[in-house]
Amino acid sequence: MQKRSWFLNTSAFLGFLFLYIPIISLVIFSFNKSKLVTVWGGWSLKWYGELFNNEQIMSAVWLSLKIAFVSAWLAVVLGVLAAFALTRMGRFKGKMLLSGMVSAPLVMPDVITGLSLLLLFVAMESLFGWPAGRGTLTIIIAHATFCMAYVAVIVQARLSDLDESLEEAAMDLGAKPSTLFFLVTLPLIAPAVISGWLLAFTLSLDDLVIASFVSGPGDSTLPMVIFSKVRLGVTPEVNALATLMILIVAIGVTVAMLQMRRKEKQV
Amino acid sequence: MSASKPASTPDLPIWKQADAKPFVQFEAVTKQFGDFTAVNRISLDIYRGELFCLLGGSGSGKSTLLRMLAGFEGVTSGRILIDGVDMSGVPPWERPVNMMFQSYALFPHLTVENNVAFGLRREGVPDAEVRARVAQMLDMVQLGHLGKRKPSQLSGGQRQRVALARALVKRPKLLLLDEPLGALDKKLREETQFELINIQEELGVTFIVVTHDQEEAMTLATRIGVMNHGEIVQIGEPHEIYEYPNSRFVAQFIGSVNMLEGTIVEDEPAHVRVACPDIGGSMYVAHGINCAPDQEVHIALRPEKIMISAEPPAQSENVCSGIIADIAYMGGLSVFRVRLDSGKELRVTQPNIERDMGARFTWNDRVYLYWGVTTAVILTA
Repeated sequence: MQKRSWFLNTSAFLGFLFLYIPIISLVIFSFNKSKLVTVWGGWSLKWYGELFNNEQIMSAVWLSLKIAFVSAWLAVVLGVLAAFALTRMGRFKGKMLLSGMVSAPLVMPDVITGLSLLLLFVAMESLFGWPAGRGTLTIIIAHATFCMAYVAVIVQARLSDLDESLEEAAMDLGAKPSTLFFLVTLPLIAPAVISGWLLAFTLSLDDLVIASFVSGPGDSTLPMVIFSKVRLGVTPEVNALATLMILIVAIGVTVAMLQMRRKEKQV
Repeated sequence: MSASKPASTPDLPIWKQADAKPFVQFEAVTKQFGDFTAVNRISLDIYRGELFCLLGGSGSGKSTLLRMLAGFEGVTSGRILIDGVDMSGVPPWERPVNMMFQSYALFPHLTVENNVAFGLRREGVPDAEVRARVAQMLDMVQLGHLGKRKPSQLSGGQRQRVALARALVKRPKLLLLDEPLGALDKKLREETQFELINIQEELGVTFIVVTHDQEEAMTLATRIGVMNHGEIVQIGEPHEIYEYPNSRFVAQFIGSVNMLEGTIVEDEPAHVRVACPDIGGSMYVAHGINCAPDQEVHIALRPEKIMISAEPPAQSENVCSGIIADIAYMGGLSVFRVRLDSGKELRVTQPNIERDMGARFTWNDRVYLYWGVTTAVILTA
């Protein structure tokens, strides 16, 4: 192996330090015995125990998982459809514009997405009485909306790499378009679909801003509960919770990356 | 030749029999993509048991023709019939046709066996029969031991065989092959060519092959259709296309050729004389052609049909002389570029039938070139 210069080593080290010191300190303090968040009182798992006994937090965890699960599926279905439409409609006027518009929610500030969805839900309720009030359903719809963009972008990249003669070969061998999709196309884009699903799941789990806009009084997702708790002062329980969330997200992202890697190796 | 020669006229190939029924018929088929005409009013009959090659450069429309036959592209106008049945409106999955793709298009997520079995399973063939037919087909292409592998674990030549097995396992009446040997290296390509011909004769399936490689077409085909700009410019057996090209395009596309210009000076039923300033004299051809006096024509001379010698030859017609400008020794052949006194350069190839024949001439030697009275091809198109 070639010897790297000290400059590169140091800058890499400093960069990672800058990124991960806050997270590492949070993880360490989650094992703190002391009740005071900033004072070290020895190692303990007590706050993890307290966390699991805290009903408010646990019900928020459950709600968040439920929302993330449902909205991830919705986002995958809609995102795959959008990706198909954009890659398979051939060239037409305004295709660039539409492609751009699909990915625009990726860079749209959450505040704007949240606000516009809130306005839409309110208008819809007063026009046709659906969705009645705001709560779990509206959060799911909102999350599916912005996660769909991520799924569409990932799947679109995979679809446009796909050799179209594979589908032609399947047709040539007697597969009708419907069978062809499930036997050939879907297995081939599966890595992208899976990583899109995982990404959507994690994004939904993380979201605070959009959920705050579109949720009702009774339905608080986990990030909303944490945020309101922190405003009253950070408790060691929140550290423990945050550590667990980091773990879940890290697993999700790793699996998604491995899926993407597998796809590259396969073709 | 094909196995389907009828007993009544055993000497004639099927496409020369007056009463033969064509198997694939293109009737004035046109295909347009927007303003671009990819295929322009092509009419073509292909007979059962043939190995027909569509030969042309890129953009000549040969692949479009094949894709229309498979059903991936519709026709803009005209009709395509297979075995007398009009194919318009018949989707690809219902046509009695299978295709071998240029990229092979093997399904990367399925094993070799499952790739080959794919078409049979869609037909609802019973499982035991599927397994037997797949095994038989894989044995035929000598891949019986690799059935459990994924395509990514195979070499290029093995993938090509899997693609062939997958296309043949449904026993199609007609197999379409899009550049079947294009992705193989030269040595493998030569072996596979003969294997393809053997399989085709054994199964009696009609093959239509698209290729840009004229050598491939010459080796494989019973007949060749040369395509250019969406039209078929000549159809014929390989030797007809090579020895009797009907246009400048075909003469230059197939093999190498010396192209000269000239003017008809004598136009008799039994011979023609062409004034050819390039060779500093005139060219005598011992058969009549369809032309007018004073017509400007092109003369095609194949390099291997020109003789070269240091002394003046005995014949007086069709002789010219020049200086050797370049020599390329290729082992079996030597290629000479001879600059004539007019400044025109002719390419001459000589087989090295004796040892050290290649060293007989050297640069700047004066040599005489001569050829027979039926060698030159006079082209009016």
